Amino acid sequence: MENRSRVAVLISPSAVFLVVLFLIPLGIMALYSFRAGAFGPESQVFTLDHYREFSRNATFHRLLGRSAWLSFRVSLLAILLAYPVAYFLVFRTGESRLFLLTVIIVPAWVSYLLRVLSWKVILGGNGVLASFLEWIGFQPGGPILIYSPEAVIVTLVYVWIPFVALPIFAALERIDRSLLEAAADLGCGRFEAFLRVTLPLSLPGIVAGFLFVFIPTVGEYVTPALVGGPDGIMFGNLIFSQFLRGLNWPLGSLMSLAMLVLILVPLFLVGRFVRLSDLAGI
Amino acid sequence: MQRRDWFSFGSFFYWLLVLFLYLPILLLLVFSFNDSESLRFPLQGFTTRWYSEMLVTSGLIDAAKNSIVVGLLSSLVATALGTMAAIAIIRFNFIGRTAFLAVSALPLVIPSVVIGVALLILYRLVFNVELSLWTVGLAHVVINIPIVMLIVAARLAGFPDNLEEAAMDLGTSYWGAQLRVTLPISFPALVAAFLTAFTTSFDEYAMSVFVIGTDATLPVYIFSLLRFPRRLPIVVALGAIIMAASVLIIVFAERLRRVGSEQ
Repeated sequence: MENRSRVAVLISPSAVFLVVLFLIPLGIMALYSFRAGAFGPESQVFTLDHYREFSRNATFHRLLGRSAWLSFRVSLLAILLAYPVAYFLVFRTGESRLFLLTVIIVPAWVSYLLRVLSWKVILGGNGVLASFLEWIGFQPGGPILIYSPEAVIVTLVYVWIPFVALPIFAALERIDRSLLEAAADLGCGRFEAFLRVTLPLSLPGIVAGFLFVFIPTVGEYVTPALVGGPDGIMFGNLIFSQFLRGLNWPLGSLMSLAMLVLILVPLFLVGRFVRLSDLAGI
Repeated sequence: MQRRDWFSFGSFFYWLLVLFLYLPILLLLVFSFNDSESLRFPLQGFTTRWYSEMLVTSGLIDAAKNSIVVGLLSSLVATALGTMAAIAIIRFNFIGRTAFLAVSALPLVIPSVVIGVALLILYRLVFNVELSLWTVGLAHVVINIPIVMLIVAARLAGFPDNLEEAAMDLGTSYWGAQLRVTLPISFPALVAAFLTAFTTSFDEYAMSVFVIGTDATLPVYIFSLLRFPRRLPIVVALGAIIMAASVLIIVFAERLRRVGSEQ
């Protein structure tokens, strides 16, 4: 009994905050996707029009698909770049590996907005990279990368690599070295041992790293707005403009819901097979 | 690092990645001292005028003040609430614990744009309040509670509750034991959590832009400056200061977190 009141006192302030300013707003957002409009008499009319429009509009589907595909490529690239480095740190360096890991993690602590901004400055049409190449006598013959999906990918990979390196590093650290010795004793070559022992055992780290990148990037709209150009915009930009430009809040709510589903489904699927806390390495 | 590995393929790849990660940051620093309005090579000579122009750029100081106030208040509230929740999560087993854990982790995985629009609808269409720094601050509390909980819970899990019990055996009340035993022991984690929450709030743009009124926070202000190419060097100088400060704060927080968990 005593414990119950203690728990109530401890938990209720944050519970109230999370329910009132997080769960309820998401619920209300879902309800608003059925309204004809956000303001005036239209807001009293319930309709499935937005659902119809959403299901018919090929542009929405294409953009949603493109966002998922772009985030997928970003996650994959970040893993491909971070894995060899994490492997090198765990298996090829001694005492200094934690320090060397920290060197990679520190950039992740620098303001996210400013790291994206630095790429806008670098890739900019008349910017650092272009002028540097020109200065050393190399003529690219046109703007490089800027305002394209590739610019978004490069920038996002840059931003998220540290977050991938960490779980992969943790997973590799947990591997029992004697398993590798056993594999060697049983006649496994180094590459085969990697494929059949190290890689499968580091899979939780890879999955965690993938989710750490895929989930936040699929809802991204700031980076596409800064470096993406017309071909580089993502689904998040569409939601943004429904609310702050087009003022079709109900349709925007529906898009927001679609985004939520796109993220929660893979999360639940993974959660069924692996404990998320294991993935996070805590 | 073993000597033979300094020149291996692995270490080459490692240093290449380090270069990739640090070069953009260094470039920003270099160009903040470059005496030219356009950010391009070759460099035009050393100047500190972008730093001094920051002081007279209208709105910049106000935005910085706004960000500091919103950051301090929202992080204080989030640290208090998140710490209390962390104590409940680690020390008690109660009905709804799993559900609470799941819900409190969600703000970390749901895109900022979704949280932003949901709060915008709540503020404008349900409560019909004017958007202001208050609406931004409350939103920051929501995304900071899970961060604080994670950091403080990790610390609390690291030491058993028998010290609290000893204090209570010696005649302190439960709440007295929390104040005089649990809080001092987890103090490094509390400071680390507060600093992490503050830097999160200070850097938040993607969600804040939906719920902000006429008074801008620093990230929102920086974004509005981007429309004026001639102001870009000022943004770069401001960015250099923020970057340096945020690294210092987070390295300090990380040390505290480590100190906390090593005892």
